[in-house]
Amino acid sequence: MGRYLLRRLLIAVPSLLGISVVLFAVLALAPGDPFGELASNPNVPPDVAAALRAKFGLDDPIALRYAHWLVAMLHGDWGFSFVSRMDVDTLILQRLPATLLIIGSSQVLALMIALPVGVYSAVRPYSVFDQIANLLAFIGFSLPTFFTGLLFILLFSIYLDWLPFVYRTDLGGSGWQWYWEEFKQAIMPIAVLALVQAASWTRYVRSSVLEVIRLDYVTTARAKGLPERMVVIKHVVRNALIPVVTLVALQMPALFGGAIVTEQIFRIPGIGSLLISSILANDTPVIMAVTFVFACLVILFNLVADILYGWLDPRIAYR
Amino acid sequence: MNERALRELIAEVKAERVSRRAFVRKMVGLGLTTPFATQLLAQAGLAQTVAPRSNYKPTKAGGGGTLKTLFWQGATLLNPHFAVGTKDQEGARIFYEPLAAWDPDGNLVPVLAAELPDIENGGIAADGMSVTWKLKKGVEWHDGRPFTADDVVFNWEYASDPATAATTIGDYRDAKVEKIDPLTVRVRFGKPTPFWTRMFVGATGMVIPKHLFEAYKGANSREAPANLKPVGTGPYRFVEFKPGDLVRGERNPAYHVPNRPYFDAIEMKGGGDAVSAARAVIQTGEYDFGWNMQVEDEILVKLENAGNAKGRAEIVLSRAIEHIQLNNTDPWTEVDGERSSLKTTHPLLSDPAVRQALRLLVDRASVQRYIYGRTAVATGNFLNNPEGFVSKNTAWEFNIDKANRLLDEAGWKRGPDGIRAKDGKNLKFVFQTSINAPRQKTQAIVKQACQKAGIDIELKSVTASVYFSSDVANPDTARKFYTDIQMFTTGTPSVPDPERFMQQFVSWEAASKDNKWQGMNSTRWRNDEYDKAFLAAQSELDPVKRAALFIKMNDLVVNEIAVIPVVNRRWVAVMSNNLKATLSGWDNDFWNLKDWYREA
Repeated sequence: MGRYLLRRLLIAVPSLLGISVVLFAVLALAPGDPFGELASNPNVPPDVAAALRAKFGLDDPIALRYAHWLVAMLHGDWGFSFVSRMDVDTLILQRLPATLLIIGSSQVLALMIALPVGVYSAVRPYSVFDQIANLLAFIGFSLPTFFTGLLFILLFSIYLDWLPFVYRTDLGGSGWQWYWEEFKQAIMPIAVLALVQAASWTRYVRSSVLEVIRLDYVTTARAKGLPERMVVIKHVVRNALIPVVTLVALQMPALFGGAIVTEQIFRIPGIGSLLISSILANDTPVIMAVTFVFACLVILFNLVADILYGWLDPRIAYR
Repeated sequence: MNERALRELIAEVKAERVSRRAFVRKMVGLGLTTPFATQLLAQAGLAQTVAPRSNYKPTKAGGGGTLKTLFWQGATLLNPHFAVGTKDQEGARIFYEPLAAWDPDGNLVPVLAAELPDIENGGIAADGMSVTWKLKKGVEWHDGRPFTADDVVFNWEYASDPATAATTIGDYRDAKVEKIDPLTVRVRFGKPTPFWTRMFVGATGMVIPKHLFEAYKGANSREAPANLKPVGTGPYRFVEFKPGDLVRGERNPAYHVPNRPYFDAIEMKGGGDAVSAARAVIQTGEYDFGWNMQVEDEILVKLENAGNAKGRAEIVLSRAIEHIQLNNTDPWTEVDGERSSLKTTHPLLSDPAVRQALRLLVDRASVQRYIYGRTAVATGNFLNNPEGFVSKNTAWEFNIDKANRLLDEAGWKRGPDGIRAKDGKNLKFVFQTSINAPRQKTQAIVKQACQKAGIDIELKSVTASVYFSSDVANPDTARKFYTDIQMFTTGTPSVPDPERFMQQFVSWEAASKDNKWQGMNSTRWRNDEYDKAFLAAQSELDPVKRAALFIKMNDLVVNEIAVIPVVNRRWVAVMSNNLKATLSGWDNDFWNLKDWYREA
């Protein structure tokens, strides 16, 4: 197990290097520069923007800039944002709580919907419940988040005027009132994200439970006279969960990456909105850091998923 | 509006039921010029009186709750000398103040200055070589330290040091600032300088405290803790800052203007898009103020006219001019590794008849009416606003027949495909602009009219982030101008003095490979008379003569058809119905934040 882990981690190093080279090259080749706004302002002499570019090293050759970035990164220095002149790690840490709260809750909510609905549909396939669940699942994942988000805003904020649609990190009040306000502003984005996720996971859970439930050992368990509840929970679901775990584990990086569109619509100050505003402002150090963290998380959670398999299914061995 | 309605409206103004401002604005909305509207009132016996600008009603500071403002682009930094765009300046303006600010009519209003410098009080030297500012007594920084001349001098040292990497360096480096006594500073110039308001005034003139930034002048400027925790002299003290998301301030109880500010706290929320920001202010009333409404007027009108609208659009004058540029060089021939080289001339546009025809083919009235609505006014001038700088010698018309006649007379004959040609050259142009719905609609209007006159227009649109960048490697930037015709807006943000603005047509600013296309003159139009007028204006101390020089420059640009002005755009914000705030197109929206209040 230890050697397996070590080997996997060592393999990750060249792939991360490769990813960083590609990211850096793509960003460097992309058009635009962080001081474009200065360039189009008639009050700012053109050489001011040029001097800033030179000072921040934007005119150096790509290879040199990459080397600078890599060396700094290895020293734990993530660089600073050209736009806000703040350290990139501070910026990211500032945005993390909102993203974790919203995306985390939406994933939990999605699981809470997908697991029972999926299992129940599989236990009673082609029943009325299953048909309705199927229909809703198809509607759920064919509606993109930007559409459901706007629909929710239109319905709950504008026509009914129940919920605010601007997410605030500085809610006043304390105690129960604070929780209530937080709930009111977070429920729409959480629901939007959870619905899409729950829809696809429901289908997934249903099909993997269906596969397992027909197996002989389940019949044996039933024949022993175990109550149906026990059979489903202890014997069926545990085995059916293996593919679901992979799916959920691979979804985890998205948790940190934020939901770009949803965060933008509801003005949630998360990683996703940081990424999009940095891309729009051509703020290379921030884009680089966020996407690189994202890459690391994908690799890490792949590993976590592999390890979880072994725990769920002892027949799988690490070599 | 017919004559009778007009007379009725003037009577309303007489009876003080309608304000002069509202009247003038309405007339301007109808396509009249501001001077003409003022003249109408003068003829009716309503001469302009110098009214006190402030209409601040609250009698004590505080008690107003939280002022909630929404910016679809949040402030990313709070040091005014690092500000990249107006969003950053607005964030800094909550805490910092300049010595003087620009009001909506383009007049200077003292803020940290005790009085405005002028010739009579000796503030402006008769030779134009220096300006002396008297500072307001008893002003304190938020940490209790006194505000003095040392702070003002320090701001000049700080911004003009190239190692600091200040974005305001262009305004500060050409002068010397010295302390005369603790409350007096003198700005010295190398040559007579009528445009002395460049320093310490308005959006780029905010003053930061010496005692907190002294150790961070130069290369380590980025490390100053006060970059993220501003300590200013403004009406609100710093509470919290999250770049791109939130700026929060609380009332400064020691503010140097009595009974201000009215609000107990201020919140500036960033992110999202302009349309939903307009909804949050007008429709749901979640926010009091929404910044920079780049939204089609149709949408704003729809929101405002809904039954329970809680807010309104506030539209103020600005200089922003949406204009069409005609290339003076040949974009299709490469000379010494550059297209649109100064060594070439445009094969088709060098014919004055073609230029005149194109000018007649821009249907400005339709562009205003169907695309921009209240947010822009059709104009024949490049230099619009403030009033004193507006040329009355220009006119514009839309006339396809006349354009056809002009082209016929100049020998451009229609071919079998309907496209005109002369000496084997077809009248075909590539017309580029940035991707932006109103611009694509304007392009279509121009193309349609040109077709009727036998001119073939190929439309091209470029992503804004590329088009407006200074990227040397990219051929599609506005500065390179590698097409025949292009269109964009220039003049935002702008200060009332047009010196910087008119610099974009002087011959030495022509964009070329030699200056890495950083020159501001992308049309490559060069005119000796213009250059001379510009140089004269730079050191002309008589404001009237100076204005006349700028008007002359405008007339040259327009009459020689270096550009075709389309519409003069307005600055638009939205605010809740009970918020009382005066916006200025010449300064930040927060230029007069201390006077904002809510009417019960």
